Amino acid sequence: MAGNNPNSKPMNLTLKVWRQKNFQSAGKMETYQVKDISPEMSFLEMMDVLNEDLLRKGIDPVAFDHDCREGICGTCSLYINGRAHGPERGTTTCQLHMRKFSDGDTITIEPWRAGPFPILKDLIVDRSAMDRIQQAGGYISVNTGGVPDANEIPIPKDIADKAFDAATCIQCGACVAACKNGSAMLFVSAKVSQLALLPQGKVERKTRVENMVAQMDKEGFGSCTNIGSCAAECPVGISLENIAKLNREYIGAAFTSENV
Amino acid sequence: MILDSKIPEGPLAEKWDKHKFNVKLVNPANKRKYDIIVVGTGLAGASAAATLAELGYNVKAFCYQDSPRRAHSIAAQGGINAAKNYQNDGDSVYRLFYDTIKGGDYRAREANVYRLAQVSVNIIDQCVAQGVPFAREYGGLLANRSFGGAQVSRTFYARGQTGQQLLLGAYSALNRQIAYGKVKLYPRTEMLDLVMVDGKARGIVTRHLVTGKIESHSAHAVILATGGYGNVFFLSTNAMGSNATAAWRAYKKGAFFANPCFTQIHPTCIPVSGGYQSKLTLMSESLRNDGRVWVPKAVGDNRAPQDIPEDERDYFLERKYPSFGNLVPRDVASRNAKQACDEGRGVGTTKLAVYLDFADVIKRDGADKVAQKYGNLFDMYAKITGEDPYTTPMRIYPAVHYTMGGLWVDYNLMTTVPGLYATGECNFSDHGANRLGASALMQGLADGYFVIPYTIGDYLAQMPSTRVETSHPAFKEAETALKASVDRLLSINGTRTVDEFHKALGQIMWDYCGMARNAEGLQFAKQEIRKLRDEFWRDVKIVGVNEELNITLEKAGRVADFLELGELMVDDALNRNESCGGHFREEFQTPENEALRDDENYTYVAAWQYTGDNQQAVLHKEELKFENVKLTQRSYK
Repeated sequence: MAGNNPNSKPMNLTLKVWRQKNFQSAGKMETYQVKDISPEMSFLEMMDVLNEDLLRKGIDPVAFDHDCREGICGTCSLYINGRAHGPERGTTTCQLHMRKFSDGDTITIEPWRAGPFPILKDLIVDRSAMDRIQQAGGYISVNTGGVPDANEIPIPKDIADKAFDAATCIQCGACVAACKNGSAMLFVSAKVSQLALLPQGKVERKTRVENMVAQMDKEGFGSCTNIGSCAAECPVGISLENIAKLNREYIGAAFTSENV
Repeated sequence: MILDSKIPEGPLAEKWDKHKFNVKLVNPANKRKYDIIVVGTGLAGASAAATLAELGYNVKAFCYQDSPRRAHSIAAQGGINAAKNYQNDGDSVYRLFYDTIKGGDYRAREANVYRLAQVSVNIIDQCVAQGVPFAREYGGLLANRSFGGAQVSRTFYARGQTGQQLLLGAYSALNRQIAYGKVKLYPRTEMLDLVMVDGKARGIVTRHLVTGKIESHSAHAVILATGGYGNVFFLSTNAMGSNATAAWRAYKKGAFFANPCFTQIHPTCIPVSGGYQSKLTLMSESLRNDGRVWVPKAVGDNRAPQDIPEDERDYFLERKYPSFGNLVPRDVASRNAKQACDEGRGVGTTKLAVYLDFADVIKRDGADKVAQKYGNLFDMYAKITGEDPYTTPMRIYPAVHYTMGGLWVDYNLMTTVPGLYATGECNFSDHGANRLGASALMQGLADGYFVIPYTIGDYLAQMPSTRVETSHPAFKEAETALKASVDRLLSINGTRTVDEFHKALGQIMWDYCGMARNAEGLQFAKQEIRKLRDEFWRDVKIVGVNEELNITLEKAGRVADFLELGELMVDDALNRNESCGGHFREEFQTPENEALRDDENYTYVAAWQYTGDNQQAVLHKEELKFENVKLTQRSYK
């Protein structure tokens, strides 16, 4: 069915999927077969096919998080064949397409695995710990109204671009899932960097980094040991430089802040 | 009932200022005695929730997503308009107002649109103060681009993800208020009913999507910022979870639904590739700034695009609209693509696509320069289709993208239910029959940051701060009715899945109430929808129970509502015997196949009142008065 290349053959696949009724229950891997999967399908459309099939058989469909299916909302997750968001670099699960797989493949599908991300059902985990870190300081304290004209705050383009690169984080949690320590440093560093780079964010830079790191620790995320799996698996390419920046901000704040 | 739009008296440019002075204020010390429910945490919801909390109200914010930051505003790509005139190219509040009214094909309210243009400038200031990283020039000031056919550069943007950056700004403001304890957040929670006490909106009933718990929440006012209803069509650029349930259930409690047939079909989407397709992906229409749209001149020309010589290609937008060319408004571009495909000149294996070709600009500026501008869009296209747009023209086809219709609101954004407000895409008010590019983000944030915080105070100041307990019989009744409807869904135990029904509905809507409509088709569609709805309630298959995370049960409730809303859209399209904007009735067109409005008979907002299940909705008309703009035939030639 491909646009200009109609020579793509449907595939039959074996899926090994983590099933877990809820947080309290024990889970286990189940094996399912899916047939006639078009290479043009997205990975989640393949999961839709599985679910329609299960539903017709009266079996509870596999619950997985997804929403925009455009790679921007950060809702989708999935550990696919041992990789966060699957085998393709720089790609969320929803943008992964079945042409990356071959007929007869066995695909293992698991939820994000990290202490602070409890499983709610099957492949869905609770990522609200990330929201709570944002609530601890991921903002500039301005109320609506009474702000200066936008062009009264000139920002050098290279700084603005750097802040933008950090701001592209979609808060999916792949960095945490990919990390052997379950560290959220890449995620936290993205927000800290973005706001510390911008003149508007400088006023609160010390308290922000202290509060966000304190909340991160409180949620039980692990420590960073500079392996870099997080950046390797990040679907939007958040750079490790941000972690270096976070460390600098944190140490700087510790030496100079009156809040410590 | 006579619809009172409550448009303030006086000259257009003074209405909002005067109104802001005339509205009653709630004393700062009293604001903490009032509770406000905000449903939805996209641009319109998060901005409203944060701002109202900053003012001192107690806010409860609800979203079905696991985090407020995932609302579908996040997927907006292109940009946000504002009448800053930073480019010194002749823009002004009046020009943005005029363009929006004209772009909407003269079916929007002058006063609302003028206010939108006025506050647009404040939005940019606000977002920059929050740290939103808009594109900048080397001098450090903000960059702009021209967008969606505008003759001035008034669009602010953040690469191809303006929606995400603006939403993260609003989300950060919301987070700050959550930390202060002024906003209580309810994620993974879906509003399933509106509760009225003494004729006023006083709360909602929700279902928690993980535990299934049905719960009541009471407040002094309720704001719906729940987005549009494009997923009626099954395939759209909306998120999978985007739904009309909150708005629809409010409609059933007395909120009128306005102009439901006004839906926007966006011209530059990646075409459908097969029956398994779950959603459609839009590519920013900024691509039309440099891409050239064409199909083969000959019917049934199956050659690869590079084998079709220049003189056998039809660049149909450039041919028919020499002055706007590929930059005609969305409705015009979409209709022309459909026409080319209907003539048998579509491309790709499905023949439901046209080319968007970048060969000329790549030749002129080089692939590197093109990559700088559109790299992320080209990558996205390649990821989805497996084709390289640098060497092969993109294939595009129109897809449902935005709904201009929505809950009827007055100038204060209040629906016909006292105390119930609707903001953003959820209301009908600003875009008429067609929305201009980069105006959705503007409207969502205008409503949330700068309109509702003033207008809701006027209502609250006139009511006592006494709270209604959720033990009130009105809440208990609503909970009981909701549980009964959930039980009814679970007890059907039929043979067809929810998605099968949803796809069937989508196909009917797309075929008969999509880019082109006619009376005969619409009448047929109405019967088909009724039949399908009937079958749904007899034969839908849902497994599991309420007291769990149950994805089919969630979907079933939403599709049940789409099956009703679809019929109202058809009714509205049948009623409107004219073509305007996104509503193209084949019987009403000019000899050049352009939309033919009937200003004498249809210069009104069609607001529909619910009268009972399977009953004909009742039409109420709000006449639109144009005191500042002269109605003309839109021409992009």
